[in-house]
Amino acid sequence: MIRVGVPSKGRLMQDCFDWFGARGVVMRRAGSDREYSGVVEGVEGVVPVLLSAGEIPRELAAGRIHLGVTGSDLVREQLGADEVAEVARLGFGQADLVIAVPNVWIDVETVDDLDAAAAGFRKAHGHRLRIATKYHRLVRDFLQAQGVADYQLVDSQGATEGTVLNGTAEAIADITSSGETLRANHLRILSDGLIHSSQAVLWASRMAEWSAADLAAYARLAAKLGVAGVPF
Amino acid sequence: MTPKAVIRAEGERLLAAFIQAGAVPVEADVLQPAGTLLDLYGEDIRARAYVTDDPVKGEMMLRPDFTVPVVQAHMAHGAEPARYAYLGEVFRKQARGSGRASEYLQVGYEVFDRQATEVADAEVFALFRDLLSGLDLRPVTGDIGILMAAVRGLETSEGRKAALLRHVWRPTRFKALLDRFAGRAPVPAGRLALLERLRAGSPAQLIEEAGSFVGLRSAEEIAARAEALVADAGTAPIRATEAALLYDLLSLEAPAAAALSHLRGIAPMLPAIGPAVDRFAARLEALAAKGVDVSTLAFEASHGRTALEYYDGFVFSFLKDGMPPVASGGRYDALTAVLGSGAFIPAVGGVIRPGLVARLKGAVA
Repeated sequence: MIRVGVPSKGRLMQDCFDWFGARGVVMRRAGSDREYSGVVEGVEGVVPVLLSAGEIPRELAAGRIHLGVTGSDLVREQLGADEVAEVARLGFGQADLVIAVPNVWIDVETVDDLDAAAAGFRKAHGHRLRIATKYHRLVRDFLQAQGVADYQLVDSQGATEGTVLNGTAEAIADITSSGETLRANHLRILSDGLIHSSQAVLWASRMAEWSAADLAAYARLAAKLGVAGVPF
Repeated sequence: MTPKAVIRAEGERLLAAFIQAGAVPVEADVLQPAGTLLDLYGEDIRARAYVTDDPVKGEMMLRPDFTVPVVQAHMAHGAEPARYAYLGEVFRKQARGSGRASEYLQVGYEVFDRQATEVADAEVFALFRDLLSGLDLRPVTGDIGILMAAVRGLETSEGRKAALLRHVWRPTRFKALLDRFAGRAPVPAGRLALLERLRAGSPAQLIEEAGSFVGLRSAEEIAARAEALVADAGTAPIRATEAALLYDLLSLEAPAAAALSHLRGIAPMLPAIGPAVDRFAARLEALAAKGVDVSTLAFEASHGRTALEYYDGFVFSFLKDGMPPVASGGRYDALTAVLGSGAFIPAVGGVIRPGLVARLKGAVA
């Protein structure tokens, strides 16, 4: 039996069910709306596991689910290529991880400017320029690759756009789809500040046990979904 | 003996040799305040060091190296001149699948001496060479001081020199800046649009038009950088001949004696490197006096630039293919000024990894 982790509620769950449904794999929640178990019709040997989208990377890494649907931002932030393989990009849940600075920073347009501003900021204020984010690894890798110095990441698990207004950060790196909240908080995206274009992805866990029966079930599922017949 | 005991015994042997050479053994805490290390190395260190929380002391790091605590201890209550030796674990996060150890022993030797800095450089290098002899390692040397002197001597604005010096340890960024300052790379489209806007109005007016003011970075800071950007756009590119010398210097790799002749050859065209080249020459003399064959010793002008950002003079490594550096070190004069809050003393030192030495000797797998 292969276990497929799917988001347990909201728009993401519906989009996910729709994506599978359009390919002849009907998923739905079992029993009442409040019960977190699901059923699959249309393919043998596959069982859905309803999980919070945020927990799916961890379950993939632990090998407790064989497949899982969650945002590429979360997986790239938390997991390595030796833990999961990308099966399919699902084309929904699109959002960009971007760096944004106060709109009044008329001298800062690019990451290059941010680096220079950070140097000046550190001189003037005695501490490094703070960037609020919950995506520490993705942001650090991005800035390190670009050779940015004199910044520090400060953790923000929510309402990140408000940190600049509240004086706990000078800039932010966060997920945005329309940029509406950024603008409302007087922030602007750097012209080359796109760190990662995220979307919902179907992942296969390299950590899960794949028995012969599991691989056979996967091949049947893959044929319906129109993806390669082996998980990785 | 277990492998760990074999490695420790190797470390003890090296430590004893350092003490024999005149060093005082010192200890350092495993838990180091994260703030000091972050201020020195920047956010990148977070990706490499283990960070933990202490309910009283706040954010701490598992010792990623000994240099910082040893320098701090010396600056707080050290006599001069001083030689220190230490042995202990350091902790570094490694990339997935790299197979590299995340916890290993380091044994090190540091010299704080105001006199004859080149002799001290040679002393450390020769001591390491002696202790590692017979392991068939490839020594490589460099001198970040020459590159920094060349940048300081460029005929360009102080702002451009400061930007280049700040990124000496980030070669990709350094190269991008140099390309732009030398007119070899086009000005990015974003920058052109920005300059156009900045020229269209006064910074104060543009800030006003940009809406609500948020953040700690003040309007004065923003305006000052906006004005600096406009001024920089009017700065002439670094002269082609001068830029060519700098590119040549970045890629200079030759046996040390040949590198010296080459640098002597370009010094008349880049007079600012003269004193740094003289120091390089004095170091080669000191090395030769220690029996180092400088006609074959490898020299790479960019060596050590991707190491942790504090080496600012002589740098060296002892390398073996397929292994992390078995030993490495260098001069870090500026670091002592940063950690000594104004006080300053020339310092040079290095570390050996006993685990790798034991492996090379076949004592452990």
